[in-house]
Amino acid sequence: MKKIAFLLVLCALISLLPACSSNAPNGVVNVYNWGENIDESIFKDFQKKTGIKVNYKTYQSNEQLYAVLKQGGVNYDVIIPSDYMISRMIEEDMLEKIDFANVPNIANIDPQYLNQAFDPANEYSVPYTWGVTGIIYNTAVIKDEITDWDALFNEKYKGQILQFDNSRDAFSTALFYLGYDANTTDKSEIDKAYDLLLKQKPLLQGYYMDEMYDKLESGEAAIGAYYAGDALQMMANNEDLRFVIPASGSNWFIDAMCIPKGAVNKENAEAFINFMCETEICLKNMDVTCYATPSRTAYEALPSEIQQNEVMFPSSEILNKCQIFINLPFDTLDYYSKLWTALKS
Amino acid sequence: MKKRNSFGARLFTALVFLFLYAPIILLIIFSFNNSKSRSVWSGFTLDWYVKLFHNTGIRQALWTTLLVSFIAALVATIAGTFTAIGLFQLKRKPRDAILAVNNIPVINADIITGVSLSLLFVSVGSLFARLFGLEFRLGFLSLLIAHITFNIPYVILSVLPKLRQLDKNLFEAAQDLGATWIQAFVKVIIPEIRPGIVNGFIMAFTLSIDDFVISYFTAGSYVQTLSMQIYAMTKKRISPEINALSTILFLTVLLLLIIINVRQVRQEKDAQKRLATLYNNKNAR
Amino acid sequence: MNRKRISTVPYVIWMALFVVIPLLLIVVYAFTTKDGGFSLENFSELGSYTAVFIRSIVLALTATVICLVIGYPVSYILARESASFQRISNMLIMLPMWINFLLRTYAWMSILENTGMINRFLGKIGVLALLGVDHIQLINTNGAVILGMVYNYLPFMILPIFSVIQRLDRSLIEAAQDLGATGFQVFTKVIFPLSLPGVLSGITMVFVPSISTFAISKLLGGGTSLLLGDLIEMQFLGGAKNPYLGSAISLIMMIMVMVCMLIMNRFGEGEEEAVML
Repeated sequence: MKKIAFLLVLCALISLLPACSSNAPNGVVNVYNWGENIDESIFKDFQKKTGIKVNYKTYQSNEQLYAVLKQGGVNYDVIIPSDYMISRMIEEDMLEKIDFANVPNIANIDPQYLNQAFDPANEYSVPYTWGVTGIIYNTAVIKDEITDWDALFNEKYKGQILQFDNSRDAFSTALFYLGYDANTTDKSEIDKAYDLLLKQKPLLQGYYMDEMYDKLESGEAAIGAYYAGDALQMMANNEDLRFVIPASGSNWFIDAMCIPKGAVNKENAEAFINFMCETEICLKNMDVTCYATPSRTAYEALPSEIQQNEVMFPSSEILNKCQIFINLPFDTLDYYSKLWTALKS
Repeated sequence: MKKRNSFGARLFTALVFLFLYAPIILLIIFSFNNSKSRSVWSGFTLDWYVKLFHNTGIRQALWTTLLVSFIAALVATIAGTFTAIGLFQLKRKPRDAILAVNNIPVINADIITGVSLSLLFVSVGSLFARLFGLEFRLGFLSLLIAHITFNIPYVILSVLPKLRQLDKNLFEAAQDLGATWIQAFVKVIIPEIRPGIVNGFIMAFTLSIDDFVISYFTAGSYVQTLSMQIYAMTKKRISPEINALSTILFLTVLLLLIIINVRQVRQEKDAQKRLATLYNNKNAR
Repeated sequence: MNRKRISTVPYVIWMALFVVIPLLLIVVYAFTTKDGGFSLENFSELGSYTAVFIRSIVLALTATVICLVIGYPVSYILARESASFQRISNMLIMLPMWINFLLRTYAWMSILENTGMINRFLGKIGVLALLGVDHIQLINTNGAVILGMVYNYLPFMILPIFSVIQRLDRSLIEAAQDLGATGFQVFTKVIFPLSLPGVLSGITMVFVPSISTFAISKLLGGGTSLLLGDLIEMQFLGGAKNPYLGSAISLIMMIMVMVCMLIMNRFGEGEEEAVML
């Protein structure tokens, strides 16, 4: 009797285990990506096509990605940082040059997203998604029309507000609100932004990244600053949510796939990057992540109502008001990280 | 001591148990919930269990967790038992010194153990890279080393008291009777301290399964334990699949504990019976 | 016999490699600057985190006291039950640890949130309307963080105390009673002093993880009030990369833990076994 029970339990557990002899004749590729930023079923397609198995892990912010890579000892083959972080990583010699002979699908990418300031010769990166930051709010709770960053600092919404949990994005909300350059290196401007964020702190429900999904969808919080693609994902789950690109300008970001220095499976990484640029895969991925694709071929294949979605593909008029972050000089970065720790403590 | 407890005292204890189990009951209930919501019940479903069986990520993490925990607990138990026996033979001073170091991972905050180990792995890794051109990366090996390191002290602390209870003459008597050192060790000492060894193994295994902080700092890029995956999920959305998995694990452990308990009770009853017959026989004589 | 003594050598080497050297590395890092030079800069910077230190100590102490206040009576009451019931309760206290603590803490989130179960329930029975509010703030408060600590670490308080009281020599108590001690006297003069080793190890086992936790405060505290553990994590793998500062904070925390241990050791002998549950 006991033995039977034991065997049953054992069987139940074993059946949960993966088939260990997973067929990956061509090795693995270790992918490190933002949370909620890919359709994970693509890994299976990739393995079917190339025989390469994808090991997948996620990070919450560019700064965290940087910290993990800087600490060393890790073994990622593909990472997906944003513009300013890419230029920082290039500067600090943390990226491998991509062999574009292995990434022929780069031809699918719209040239306007290539050769950006963060990677002028386009040697290190292949654009993955792009979008803007903005304000997402629950119209069932907040009856006023939200148009600009001031809403995040409004006493009226005390206890309902969510702020970014990373220094660069959080500071940018304050800098935009104050009308400063988001790439400022002027310490007095950064100080003013810090003071504003400090004043905002008691109004906040908390500093969050992808936890916002749950909080905004369930109505736990009513307003937050976040990225367009994620906002669209949330809006699909809760019809009361709305996303606005603040009138006084915002951050326009490009996330691109890169290969960190010393990647063991560089060729597999290039195969993965190439695969992610396939039109079909771009479309499939967009369906889940809701981020704008930089692929021209994929864009052209989209139905026109999606092409005209102002959140996903903001007009150039709006984009002109937006700013791309650039990497900041070393002592400004140091100052940022000091103020950020102080703000949060 | 064995006075009966008042109703109030029992109620208090029951409330404390309720406090300990309320979230768990909730987790189990919501593993059957028909939506992703964590607080609104919207009907019964087994979908999450079905999905769980198809989720390779979670299964991979579970496999890693069980493998690391099992190997680490096994290595720690063997190493810890031998060390404890050796320690027991040492003079007081060196023994106390070693035990003090032994206590460090037990008492120290997990985050410090994790951070310090990751510093070690990374700096040794870069040293090796510079000296021999060998790349050492965080991964299964570093994770395993970390787990073994924090497991061994518990095994030692669990085996030592049993050694103290051991009759010192037993070992020599066995050897006097012609047993070799190994025989005496395997046939005499090990059975005597077995409860301590088993307890140490179970404790090591449990700690390994439950560990998050140390794994978080030492696992590196491609290895992921269940608790790390759950942490990553708390950073976005916890899928009820994890509730389903926890329910299965919880019920498994519950079942195992019940079996062990029933067995123990039965053994004790048998022993009592034997004792009673012995006693009766003696009286009858 | 010598052969057996040698069996400690691999262990000593292992511990030197993986316990002592890593801790020394923390010390080295704590006195290093970003450029690699020796400096006390990291420690002078610590002054700006006084608030975090104080908050962590206060929250951890509160949680420890609450655990003791709940845990001691529970252990005492359980130790008076029948042997089989004791065994079952021992099991019941251990069992929750088999469900990942993050998950259990996450479940508390569902209970405490503004739209969580308690607030929903209060809303349904009309209490919220009576008070004229739309929710009672439970989550993202210090209270919620303390609750998380108490919830997670209460078993670490109960188990050592329980096992010590369980093993108390009953004849001592009977002797005290025979000598005319009242129930209260028996408790204060005999049972409590004898259970002190369990209490002390319980206190350490609750206080140390409480002061160093970094997930509980994030989940239940909203990340607006950091604890020491969060601060360290932030410096190593989080948004403010500065392992040197992180090491300095770790070093201070280590010293605090060590001081705790020393004080505890002074009070209680035989702790080693109490730690073993």
